[in-house]
Amino acid sequence: MNTATADSELTNLLLEQADRLLRAEVTREVLARADAGACPTPLWEICEQAGLPAALLPEAAGGAGIAMADGMRLVRQLGYHAVPLPLAETMLAQALWSAAGGAPVTGSMTLVAESLALRRRGVRYTLAGRASRVPWGTAVQHLLLEAHDEDGLRLVLVPQSALSGKAVGEPVRNLAFEPRDTIDFDAVEVDEAMVRQAPRQLLFALGALMRAQQMAGAMERCLDFAVSYAMERRQFGRPIAKFQAIQHMLAEAAGHYAAAVAAADLGADAWGGAQFEFAVAAAKSRVGEAAGKVAAIVHQVHGAMGFTQEHPLHFSTRRLWSWRDEFGGEGHWQTRLGHLVCAAGGSALWPALTAD
Amino acid sequence: MQAFRFDAPPLPPEASEACERVRAFLATECGGGRYVPHRCSWSTFDPEFSRRAGAAGFIGVTWPREVGGQAQSSLVRFVITREMLAAGAPCGAHWIADRQSGPQILRHGSERARREILPRVCRGECFFGIGMSEPDSGSDLAAVRTRARRHGEGWLIDGSKIWTSQAHRVHYLIVLARTGEAGEDRHGGLTQFIVDLSASGVTVRPIHNLSGGHEFNEVFFREYYVPDDMRLGDEGAGWAMVTGELAFERSGPDRFLSDYRLLVELIDTIGPEPDARQAAEIGRLVSHLAALLRMSTSVAALLDEGRSPNTEAALVKDVGTAFEREVPEIARLLLPLQPSLDDHAQRLPETLAHVVLHAPSFTIRGGTREILRGIIARGLGLR
Repeated sequence: MNTATADSELTNLLLEQADRLLRAEVTREVLARADAGACPTPLWEICEQAGLPAALLPEAAGGAGIAMADGMRLVRQLGYHAVPLPLAETMLAQALWSAAGGAPVTGSMTLVAESLALRRRGVRYTLAGRASRVPWGTAVQHLLLEAHDEDGLRLVLVPQSALSGKAVGEPVRNLAFEPRDTIDFDAVEVDEAMVRQAPRQLLFALGALMRAQQMAGAMERCLDFAVSYAMERRQFGRPIAKFQAIQHMLAEAAGHYAAAVAAADLGADAWGGAQFEFAVAAAKSRVGEAAGKVAAIVHQVHGAMGFTQEHPLHFSTRRLWSWRDEFGGEGHWQTRLGHLVCAAGGSALWPALTAD
Repeated sequence: MQAFRFDAPPLPPEASEACERVRAFLATECGGGRYVPHRCSWSTFDPEFSRRAGAAGFIGVTWPREVGGQAQSSLVRFVITREMLAAGAPCGAHWIADRQSGPQILRHGSERARREILPRVCRGECFFGIGMSEPDSGSDLAAVRTRARRHGEGWLIDGSKIWTSQAHRVHYLIVLARTGEAGEDRHGGLTQFIVDLSASGVTVRPIHNLSGGHEFNEVFFREYYVPDDMRLGDEGAGWAMVTGELAFERSGPDRFLSDYRLLVELIDTIGPEPDARQAAEIGRLVSHLAALLRMSTSVAALLDEGRSPNTEAALVKDVGTAFEREVPEIARLLLPLQPSLDDHAQRLPETLAHVVLHAPSFTIRGGTREILRGIIARGLGLR
């Protein structure tokens, strides 16, 4: 058995274990309590014991050594199960921080979409700027962000303890009732051990890819719900699945979902290469568009029941409507992609689309 | 969701190598002015181009060497066709034989059919058309009424076929005919035959499409004689064979690149500094295309594994042709354009004209959108 096969078998094993675990643990009750504002600490502890936050860390650093492209399959699974935790954020932040040579940290982490400013003062650094709608910004132990100083781009890990009193305004939640906090970083000081060299700007694009993968997972869940519902729900003496109108709606949704998975995987495979931004722009654009269309169709199929909290569909669709706008919505990424494509000209498009 | 899968393994080295070769070939063809990309598509019939493509080794590449092929994987063929379409090459003459007729003959044809026909197909000298649809049998293929009855050492065919692309120019059709009782599932009693259009007993009537072009035909058979060794597969096995062809017919890059040259012309006409709306719409189209390319690549890989990815193929065609239909509609929103077939001075209006007048066919040929959605729904377990 070669190394690649062994790696992928290990990944498959981890994915299967995670799927079983999340299926059992992320219940409707857990999701409803998270909606109501209770922090699902027991679920976090279970995930931590299963090694999920550290999955992308090298084995030497206590992780499972999963590569980024495979890690994205795990991120998709978290989206499928609507895990109400900053788990995907933590996995990716851990991977980036470790790759940048940062000292190991434990606990939950998040990714900050905006880049900030940084100034050195002796062995300390001072941050400047504000970040809005940071996922679980005041709940996590560490926040990973990118900041520019005189010498270039840095990766900065800010401990929650440095942010006391820095949350701005009333607590804000996204449509899935996940916390999204605005944080004022002006005059926040961090030790030089928390500042690393950043090779290039990646956080925003990686965050977009993370949301694209989560949406692909959430769409799969939505289709599972819709197909089961259409088979069970009877009207006019037969399951509504037998009506051609319903069949065609779900076939259309399946097409959007299939394209979304392809686009999200395109982004995952481009990690570390020159085409990463191009691929993420395509991924977030295509997946975000699919998310809106799939959510609309599955709600139509579920009728009034899907519009209530009696049915769990809303845990997935409210996440789709939130995630499509986080780390840049389709408007942002389509425009970015269009500028990249037009600047390069028509004849450069095909080589870009088919680059290995 | 276990209904379908789109894994995309990286292209094998031989596919990357084929990609380089076909790009070099197309650069010479196009650079030498042998074809004009924006006036061509994969349905443009150019026997001279096909001959040169055959001589360069780009036809029948997946077939065994003894019939003129190169025993390459489906992914190699996928890359060759993908590149031809993106470059706007006029592939129409050899397209059907390379995509589906040749593979059918290879798998189900007699020794004579394989030996006499396939090497000529590989050389780009022998072209095929599809004889499935009939005036009363379009989407409902099982309603075929053309009959073949035993006669001496062979068969006599009576009936007619319609929408037969290029029947006035190709050498052979593969005709689906009724040879027995349909049975309860309506799928029995159908057999396929290789029909030589130069023989007597067959007449071809042109049908002009809405751009004024002549691609379609109606083909009539009157006591047309086919020798038994031009039968494909067992008597009565036709249904399984035509449905087996469909994964090849529906999953390829021809289902989302029909108007790729319009997108290229659009990008070049807009120029390097698009306004916000132009940038967003171009970005959106490119995001769709990138996803489709990956979906289609993964079906090629599934075909290589010997699977029959019928649901996946239907998804590629449904999503792909919806994309093709959108390109001209978006183009005319982004620039002030008035399409015309005669405006040779300006490339974009001419390209747009060709696409607008062909676009309705994108979601009909090779299985209508509605038929595809039924197949996808079956894949989802809804029917």
